[in-house]
Amino acid sequence: MTEEIIIAGFGGQGVLSMGKILAYSGMMQDQEVSWMPAYGPEMRGGTANVTVILSDERISSPVLSKYDTAIILNQQSMDKFECAVKEGGLLLYDPNGITKPPTRMDIQIFKVSATEEATKMGNTKIFNMIVLGAYLKVKPLVKLENVIKGLQKSLPARHHNLIPENEKAISRGLEIVEKVN
Amino acid sequence: MKEVKLMKGNEAIAEAAIRAGADGYFGYPITPQSEVLEYLMSQKPHERTGMVVLQAESEVAAINMVYGGAATGKKVMTSSSSPGISLKMEGISYMAGAQLPCLIVNVVRGGPGLGTIQPSQSDYFQATKGGGHGDYRLFVLAPASVQEMADFVKQGFDLAFKYRNPVMILSDGIIGQMMEKVELEEQQPRLTQAEVVKKCPWATTGKTPDRERNIITSLDLEASKQELHNKVLQEKYEKMEEDVRFETFNCDDAEYIFIAYGSVARICQKAIDIARSKGIKVGLLRPITLFPFPSKKVAELATKVKGMMSVEMSAGQMVEDVKLAVNGKIPVEFYGRMGGMIPSPEEIVRALKNQLIGG
Repeated sequence: MTEEIIIAGFGGQGVLSMGKILAYSGMMQDQEVSWMPAYGPEMRGGTANVTVILSDERISSPVLSKYDTAIILNQQSMDKFECAVKEGGLLLYDPNGITKPPTRMDIQIFKVSATEEATKMGNTKIFNMIVLGAYLKVKPLVKLENVIKGLQKSLPARHHNLIPENEKAISRGLEIVEKVN
Repeated sequence: MKEVKLMKGNEAIAEAAIRAGADGYFGYPITPQSEVLEYLMSQKPHERTGMVVLQAESEVAAINMVYGGAATGKKVMTSSSSPGISLKMEGISYMAGAQLPCLIVNVVRGGPGLGTIQPSQSDYFQATKGGGHGDYRLFVLAPASVQEMADFVKQGFDLAFKYRNPVMILSDGIIGQMMEKVELEEQQPRLTQAEVVKKCPWATTGKTPDRERNIITSLDLEASKQELHNKVLQEKYEKMEEDVRFETFNCDDAEYIFIAYGSVARICQKAIDIARSKGIKVGLLRPITLFPFPSKKVAELATKVKGMMSVEMSAGQMVEDVKLAVNGKIPVEFYGRMGGMIPSPEEIVRALKNQLIGG
């Protein structure tokens, strides 16, 4: 199994940390993992993206142009990455701020209203965990218990009190993800 | 059991330096390698091993601090990215001349000039052919993974002391910024002063009555003596050949060979998967040491395949060494991206088809 993922959105949405938690989760179940951020001027405001690869084998290129999954969190990223999903691959997006929804027929499209749900839950910071939950519903490649372990590894100890809330957000994401096509 | 961590390449360099028992790190921040200094500062290595970590006032100051530390036989290092490495070049040439061991890490970004902060391999010439003035060479290691970023620190220090020569780890923004699993070595203690005196009889460790004073310098105004010194250096660079390292993938049945180092070698492995799924028999030779360059292996492969393609994030630098080694026996092509652009596996396969296979 090899899963090649791009997560793309605005800086500050938790794109990089979501990728990091996913990478840690893979590592917790003995997979090979790589996490490659776009560290350019993008991260200084504007769009941010990260390529995460989970695999049972040694990972070759950490940089890709086609992905099994694209998790898209703003319109700029939709414009850039809808076409980069492999045929038969997955596109998961949050409709908030999306003016041109994806139109491809040869891929699976799912949406999760994570921005809206995070606001309802009273904490916009857990937005990225709702998205992660939605992804794990469609592709349960890492076990939830390993995601929790991943959270423990990637969060500094002083933030470990936030883990239950993150767990709740992941569960919510699992519930509210919708198939589009 | 060894400890496995998820780390950025830059952080792996820093942690490995502490664990290798380094005595000092002197640096100045620059993207995309600032995490080396940041991580070292956050770890307070002075409390862990007594290692000194210092942010100098400039790159020039940092490399001269390395010179000073190395002159006393200490295990010292610096790191920077392309424009910063250019600033260090005077000091590097002096250290090569004075035969001082040290480790220099270059996490390359696109140039020339301030260029960009995105990854590149355009400092190959600078690293392998000189960079500073004079007839000197660095021993150059090119990591292709976060694991190798960590491993090459200890190996780099060992080679630096073996040859009394600066060693460079030539990395790039991809390997520096990406996170992967890394197995870390156990903490190695720093050498005691008595051990340094024993290991480095040439170092300025304080004159004792039983020996002449040690002088560390790169200056000798007498040309005949300077020529002799140069001969000693050249013999040393030739001897480095015994530590040449490379890796091959899918070369056994290959009709074509990619030659690539560092992150591009990883991208080429993906390109090989794509090409082989289309029936193109292509393999990869990945030089791990860029100086000494694996010329003999390149020449040997040139007798077995129809053509080679050097793939680099540059305008074509390593390809010159490939051509020298192949010596006209088979076609050698080049494909590269510049200025911080990263080639995709698909475009590398296209280049292979268009430039080497034809059609």
